Amino acid sequence: MNLDVRPACKPGDYKSDVKPIWCPGCGDYHVLLSFTRAFAQLGVPPERIAVISGIGCSSRIPAYTNCYGFHGVHGRSLALAAGLKVTRPDLTVVVASGDGDGYSIGGNHFIHACRRNIDMTYVVMDNHIYGMTKGQPSPTTEPEFDTALSPGGTGLRPFHPLVVALASGANFIARCFSGDFNQTADILVEAIEHPGFSFVEILSPCVTFRPDEKEWKNMVHPAPVGPTDDPAKAARRIMTDDGFNLGVLYRGKRQPYRPEFGAQVSDPAELEKEFEL
Amino acid sequence: MTEVANLSVAIVGSGGAGALTAGNLLIEAASAAGWQGLLTRTVGPQIRGGEAAALLRLANHPIECLADRLDLMIGIDWLNAQRFGAELDTGPHSLVIGDPQGGDPPPSVAKSGARVVQIPMKEMAKGIPDGRPNMIALGVAGKLLGVGENFLSAFIEKRLAGKGPAAIEASKAGIRAGFRAAAGIDLGMRLSAPKPNGAKRWLTSGNEAVGLGAIRGGIRFAAAYPITPATEILEWLAPALARTGGVLLQAEDELAAINMIIGASFGGTPSLTATSGPGLSLMIEALGLATASEIPLVVIDVMRGGPSTGIPTKSEQADLNIAVYGLHGDAPHLVLAPQSVADCLFTTQWAAYLAESLQAPTIVLSDQFVGQSLVAIERPADVAFIGQRLRASEVNGVYKRYALAAGGVSPMAIPGTPGGQYTADGLTHNERGTPTSGATDHQAQLDKRARKLNEFVYGDHWATIEGAGDLALVTWGSLTGAAREGIARAAADGIEVALIAPRLLSPVQPERFAAALKGKKRVLIVEQSHGGQFHRYLRAHYDLPGEVRVLNRPGPLPIKAGEIHRAITEWRV
Repeated sequence: MNLDVRPACKPGDYKSDVKPIWCPGCGDYHVLLSFTRAFAQLGVPPERIAVISGIGCSSRIPAYTNCYGFHGVHGRSLALAAGLKVTRPDLTVVVASGDGDGYSIGGNHFIHACRRNIDMTYVVMDNHIYGMTKGQPSPTTEPEFDTALSPGGTGLRPFHPLVVALASGANFIARCFSGDFNQTADILVEAIEHPGFSFVEILSPCVTFRPDEKEWKNMVHPAPVGPTDDPAKAARRIMTDDGFNLGVLYRGKRQPYRPEFGAQVSDPAELEKEFEL
Repeated sequence: MTEVANLSVAIVGSGGAGALTAGNLLIEAASAAGWQGLLTRTVGPQIRGGEAAALLRLANHPIECLADRLDLMIGIDWLNAQRFGAELDTGPHSLVIGDPQGGDPPPSVAKSGARVVQIPMKEMAKGIPDGRPNMIALGVAGKLLGVGENFLSAFIEKRLAGKGPAAIEASKAGIRAGFRAAAGIDLGMRLSAPKPNGAKRWLTSGNEAVGLGAIRGGIRFAAAYPITPATEILEWLAPALARTGGVLLQAEDELAAINMIIGASFGGTPSLTATSGPGLSLMIEALGLATASEIPLVVIDVMRGGPSTGIPTKSEQADLNIAVYGLHGDAPHLVLAPQSVADCLFTTQWAAYLAESLQAPTIVLSDQFVGQSLVAIERPADVAFIGQRLRASEVNGVYKRYALAAGGVSPMAIPGTPGGQYTADGLTHNERGTPTSGATDHQAQLDKRARKLNEFVYGDHWATIEGAGDLALVTWGSLTGAAREGIARAAADGIEVALIAPRLLSPVQPERFAAALKGKKRVLIVEQSHGGQFHRYLRAHYDLPGEVRVLNRPGPLPIKAGEIHRAITEWRV
């Protein structure tokens, strides 16, 4: 990460003048607040941060920051961010996504981004619903949750992103609650500073299509034990917790993927020699 | 004995027989001797154990297409050779050499009236320690084509230097045996001696030339998902990028590959990916994103038979529609097509230059024929096209990434530039990049993106325009070489035909095309597409004068110069 520290970095320096389209009460406002606080804590100037996203309510976040941003197509933010980070290792790259964008249409990229372990931070604002298209079930929606697209519920077992991340090789795994924005900001700082691919799942209620999620603030609780670097222990904890355990759950030691640049930079004209007879 | 300026040879065998190795060594040796030539490999879909044929053409002039018919065909064996059907076209003048143990030649050989001579290559190879029939076939070909035995042996010694003295000795003994066996055989024609002129000589495939063109044009990042017949581009680029300060990343699929290059290019690095039809289909959505967010990038599509999985190992020109029209919304972008194996170098370099200059995605429509054919050529001249992006290196005041600049190209801030922060967006946006759904901004930004492509001066590289006469032959891509040869044969009959082959397919150039067609009374369109995609494209964008005829068919059988020649001479006015 970049340590080009400037003294006067305040959360406000990282906020743009674009007004969010989110519904009043949306958890994503708090995530934005956590982003700006985390960036200020890190002290990385806004022009050295890139916030990359796909499509969905959560993916609107780049334009609300004063960093460089890319609001791309649905589900492909991790791939776009990988291309950026391997060619610009000097930048701090944060990817923002939601449970539809990240776990459904973007599921394959999630697995491979964990596996590739490029030094970036992946933040998924999980509200267990497709909000922007007005309330369809996402991969994390409970099986009995009734929607117009799935009358009576999907009957499907929800996707478990933290387990998938661990199994696929993510190097840092945490769960946060948007309402607890101070803790979220602290965890984001840690995630960004941790080498390799860091995955931060933020429970971020959709007050419009999941009013029941207003109760999340009463359901979340700190993880009873601190993070582990043992994947087996982490797997057992993550698989058996109630889904509302907050904090850093896994801190791995894998070496991040870093392509070797120009170890022996040669003149492009040298390349044609292999065509010569 | 007739002396000919070019000669065609096929070496055929079942998978593992070494037909392709013999073909490769033959073109390399002939090229080292001073000839020019082209080698096309044709194989079945199997990785091992299928049928394989090396189709060569050697000449003392540049060769850009296959011959109409084979002058010489050597079958190491004929197992499954009938699967090639018309790709192994012989005539009464052809000499076919087979092995009595190799089965019967395909029925088309007897039907064509070709002369068949047997040489027991397999039996002869048994008499040589580690001997292989394909080296005997190489010796037979060398003798009949007039490549000197000493020259061929010396070449093999150099070429196989890494394989150890036993392998070299076995190969040389095989070649020697081949020369002896062919001593009494009369090919009935002799290839004119090469005319070396001291120019540097290259042996390259179109796919490799694309790689070199990309790096010369400034490309320093590639994302890769393997697909036939484009993989060699990516495999060539992996070490080449590493050597020139760049990097290649293998993607999990084509969706990731195209988005990776968007990300890298957003970060300021000129970027490319290479694929074929199925992969291009997956990349289309993100190409729209690159158009809207004005991200320069290059996508090479090495076309193969389609739709769907189609014929992965063989050529067709049927991705024109998806390349030009496949994007949803009004999405102006660039589409280029190389016109020969050698031109893959120029066209890719130009593509990188245009993409960077215009901040627009650029599709290059190569195809399996030019991509996987190997040519022996004189070193192409250098061109000066190197991608230069208009950057906002210093930002004072409010930065407008999508400012409505006169030419349509607005300065791009690269992450890291203080004050240049903006969010690149696929949503309709205003000049600052802020999303909007208003009519005014939508219209203004669509105008801007169209304007920058339409007002750019592309120069004479936009098309190949040659010759005169009231008949214009209009073609594109890899058929340009066959068209040129067909026209040359018509000229020998006293018929003048003009050639028009656009290298720039999108944006269209109505004024320049009209100028090229001025005074023409007839138009002959030649294309390798069942649906006549190029014909429809021309009808959509250009006024075609007088009578129009179309010579088209799908792959995999390439349209040959002879057919084009016939279409010209049979068109009586």
